[in-house]
Amino acid sequence: MSSVIDWEAASNPVKENRAGNIGKAVDRYEGPLKVTGTAPYAYEVAPPSPPAYGVLVSAPIARGRIAAIDIAAAQASPGVLLVWTHANAPAQGPRPARYDFFTPAPRPSLDSDQVHYFGQQVAVVVADTLENATAGAALVNLTFEEDASSVIFHDHYAEGVQPPGESDVEIGDFEAGFAAAPVKIDDVWRSPLQNHCQMEPCATTAWWEGDKLTVHTSIQMVRYAQNSLAETLMISNKNVHLLTRYVGGGFGGKGSFYDDLVLASLAARELRRPVKIAYSRQQMMHGTVHRPATEMRVRLGATADGKLTAMSMMTTTHCDRRGNFTEHASNFARNLYAAPNRLTGHRLVRLDLPVASAMRAPGEASGTLSLEVAMDELAEKLGMDPVELRIRNEPPTDPETGKPFSIRQLVRCMREGAQTFGWDKRQPTPGQVRDGRWLVGLGMAAAIRGNFLLPAKASFTVDADGVITVKQGMTDIGTGTYTVLAQIAAETLGVPLGDVRVEIGDSELPPAPGSGGQFGAATAGSAALDAGMNLRKAIAEIAISDPASPLFGGPSEQITFQDGVIAIANRSERLADLIRRNRPDGLTADGEVRPAADASQWSSHTYGAHYVEVGVDTVTGEVRTRRMLGVFAAGRILNWKTARSQLTGGMIWGVGSALTEGNSVDPHHGSLINQDLAGYLVPVQADIGELDAVMLDEVDDKANPMGIKGVGELGISGAGAAVANAIYNACGVRVRDYPITPDKLIAALEAQGR
Amino acid sequence: MKTTITVNGEARTLDLDTRTTLLDALREHLGLTGSKKGCDHGQCGACTVLVNGTRINSCLSLAAMHDGDAVTTIEGIGSVGKLSPLQTAFLTEDAFQCGYCTPGQICSAVGMLQEVADNWPSQETTDLTGKISLTDDELRERMSGNICRCSAYPQIVAAIRSVAGEPA
Repeated sequence: MSSVIDWEAASNPVKENRAGNIGKAVDRYEGPLKVTGTAPYAYEVAPPSPPAYGVLVSAPIARGRIAAIDIAAAQASPGVLLVWTHANAPAQGPRPARYDFFTPAPRPSLDSDQVHYFGQQVAVVVADTLENATAGAALVNLTFEEDASSVIFHDHYAEGVQPPGESDVEIGDFEAGFAAAPVKIDDVWRSPLQNHCQMEPCATTAWWEGDKLTVHTSIQMVRYAQNSLAETLMISNKNVHLLTRYVGGGFGGKGSFYDDLVLASLAARELRRPVKIAYSRQQMMHGTVHRPATEMRVRLGATADGKLTAMSMMTTTHCDRRGNFTEHASNFARNLYAAPNRLTGHRLVRLDLPVASAMRAPGEASGTLSLEVAMDELAEKLGMDPVELRIRNEPPTDPETGKPFSIRQLVRCMREGAQTFGWDKRQPTPGQVRDGRWLVGLGMAAAIRGNFLLPAKASFTVDADGVITVKQGMTDIGTGTYTVLAQIAAETLGVPLGDVRVEIGDSELPPAPGSGGQFGAATAGSAALDAGMNLRKAIAEIAISDPASPLFGGPSEQITFQDGVIAIANRSERLADLIRRNRPDGLTADGEVRPAADASQWSSHTYGAHYVEVGVDTVTGEVRTRRMLGVFAAGRILNWKTARSQLTGGMIWGVGSALTEGNSVDPHHGSLINQDLAGYLVPVQADIGELDAVMLDEVDDKANPMGIKGVGELGISGAGAAVANAIYNACGVRVRDYPITPDKLIAALEAQGR
Repeated sequence: MKTTITVNGEARTLDLDTRTTLLDALREHLGLTGSKKGCDHGQCGACTVLVNGTRINSCLSLAAMHDGDAVTTIEGIGSVGKLSPLQTAFLTEDAFQCGYCTPGQICSAVGMLQEVADNWPSQETTDLTGKISLTDDELRERMSGNICRCSAYPQIVAAIRSVAGEPA
C-alpha cells in the first residue's frame, strides 16, 4: 500500500524536472487537429459502411404514462427503417433502484410506459437520412396521461429530507455561540438550476461486427460507460469497444451517458448497419442532467474584532424522484474558516424534474455564492476590510477535523491578488465611484476546492525509433490530458516532446477513472509516472545486460535518461539503438496509482482568491465585468498554458453564475423554460473584459507522487461571489437571488432613489 | 435536387434532399466535419463558414440555396501541416479547450477581420464615417456570435489580436 510519507520522501523525474517539460507552457498535443477541424468527435467518426440516422422523441409532460401509441405514420414515412417505443424496444438490463457515479449498472432506454420527467426520451426513429429520421420522428403519435406533479422547488422546501446516509455536522454549540455573538449575519441565498451547455451535444456512432460492438460516444468516463453499456445490452463487456477520443466539453454532464449510446447500439444491432444518434440542443437541456437549484441559509456570528465564533451553512436542494444526487453546497464551509461553533448540513427535496447531477465544482460553485458574500456582509458590519476579515479567521489546522493541512496558501493568494489588482483603491463605502452613468465597484472572494486521487492504470511503450507511446483509458474533455501525459512521458523517459504519442479515450487501454472532480491530471498522471518509472527500469535492465551496449555491466541505478540518450557517466547510446537491437517490436511497461492509505490524515485542498471590478449601469441595471484577476495555489502546475486556461474558463463560469445563467421551471408541465442557447445565457465574448489567472509556486508532496493537484474546478469556486460583492461595492445593492439580472438591480436602485 | 457548390476551391455537385442544410451537406455528404453542429438554430456559431467571403451560420441555410456559391470551411483555411496564421495563433495562445467551437471561431474571425477591413460598423462603432479601429471592445462585440463554453474568451482575443495587430 502506498503512503503519503513515501511520496513525500521519494524523488522522481517529474519532481526533478531536469529537461524542464513540467510546468512549461506547452501547446496542446491535439491542438493542430482541433484548429483544423480534423479531430473526429463521436458523430463524425467514419463507420465501416454508410450509417443510418436516429432521432429521439421526448415526453412533453412531467409525470404520467404513455397511454396510447400510434407509430404507423412514422413507420410509413419515406426512408424510415425502425421506430421504437417502450412497446417494441428490445429487452435490456433492469434499471437499478438508484445510480451512483462509480458502480456500473444498466441504463435501459424506452423501458416502460412511465414518464418521470419532461424531456425523457420515449421513442426513437431511425431512417436512411437525417432528414427522413427527423420527419419520421415528427409523425410519432403518443398519447400521454398526465399525473399531478411537483416541479417547483420553492413550493416544496418543507419536504426536504436528510440525504441518505448523511447527517448534519455540528461542532461546539452553534445555537449558543450564535446567540452570544455581538455581530451577526443571517441571510438566505438562492441559486438557480443550471445547465452544462457543452458545445458538443451528446452523440454516438455505433456498429457491430459479429457479436462485437464498436461505439464512439462523447463521455467523461470510459470504463464506467463500457461496463454499464454491456450490462444494459446484457452482453460481456469484452464485446463492447467504447471510444471517446475527442469530447466537446463535459463539465460533469457527460459523467454519465444517455439514450443516444444505448439506442444507437441497439438499433445498429437490429438493422445490421452503423447508426448515429445525437441529442438536439433542446434535448440536452432536459434529457441529460443539470445542476439543481439551492436555497442556502448562512449564519455568521463574530466578535467586534472580527473573530468568527459561530458559523452555519444549511443548504436545501433538489433531485429527481429516482435520484439521490445532492448538491453539497455546504461542504466546503467545513474547511474554509475557523470558528469554534459550527453547523453544516443539507436537505434534499425530490421533484418530478429531469435528473440532477454534478456540474463543474458541484458544491463549491453554488455554495461560495452565499458564504463568500456573507463574509463580505460581515466585513462591512464590522467596518473591516474583507481580506483582513478572512485572514483573521484563517485556521491553523482544518477547522472541522483538526487535521494538518497538506499545504494551504489561501492567505498568500489573497495578499498577492490584492497587491496585483490594486485592492487598496477600493472605497469601503458603496456607491462612491461614478464613471458617467456607471457606478464602479471592486469585490473579492476566496476560492477552495477539494483534492482527490482515484485508482488508475497506464502503460508506456518505447519502440525501435525511441518513440514513447502512452496508453490509458482516460479522457481529454478540453482539460489538457493529452498534453500533460505527453509532458510526463517526455520528462520521465528523457525524450523530446515530439517523440511522445498519447492514446487515450479507448476502453481497450489500461483503465483510468476519467475526467471529473478535478482529479484527472493527478490520477491519470500519477499512473503514467509509475508506468514511466517501470519502463525506465526495464530499459535499464536491458542496457546493462546487452554486451553490445556501451552501458553493459554498469550499475543500473545510475542510468540517466536525457535527450533520447541513455548514459552511465560518459558511457552512452541512443535509446532507439538499444531498443532496435533488443526489442525491435517495442518494449512495454505498466503502471498504476492507488490512493495512499494515510492520505486521510491530511486536509488537502486547492485554494485561490478572486478580485473583480464591475460597472453597474444606473439606467439599465446592466453589469459589466471590467477587470478580473484570480490567484490560485493548486500544487505543482504541469502545464502553465493549459492550467491557466482551465482557471480562466472557470472564472468565466463564475461570472455567468453571478450575472446571467439559470433556468426556470414551467409549473404546468415541468419543462425548463430556457430550452436553447438563446434563452439560457452562458457568457459570450462581449461579457468578459480583461481577465487573468495567476498560479503560485506550490508543491503538495502529500497529494500524490508528483505533488500536483487539479485546477479544472477551482476557478469557478468563489468567482461569482466576488462579482456579487463588487456589485454591492459599486451600487449598494445586495441581490441574494442569483443570477443578478438587470430587473432585480433596477428595482433596488429605484428604491434607493439612484 | 442537384446543387453545385464550390467548396474550398473545388466544385462539388450534390444530389440533395431539399431539406438538407448547408451544415449537414458539408458534414454528412462531403465528409467535411470540421464545421460543427452545436445547436442547429444559429445560436452558438459552431457551424460558421464563409459563403462568398462572408461568414454565416451554415445550420440556418439550406444547401439548395447555395447553388453556384463559393463556400470556405475550416478545412479550406489550413491543414495540420500548413496552419494559417490564425490557426497557429489559436494554438499558441491556447484559444480553445475542448475544440468543438474552434473551427467556427476561426472561420468567424476570418470573416470578421474582412468586415472590419471593409468598414462594416458594429454596435460598438461610435464613428460611422471614419476608418474602423479594431479595439478590444469592437473585437469582443464582433465575436460574440460564437459561444465557447470552455470560455477561452481572453485567449481568443489574444489570438485574433496577434494576427490583426494593435488597433490604429
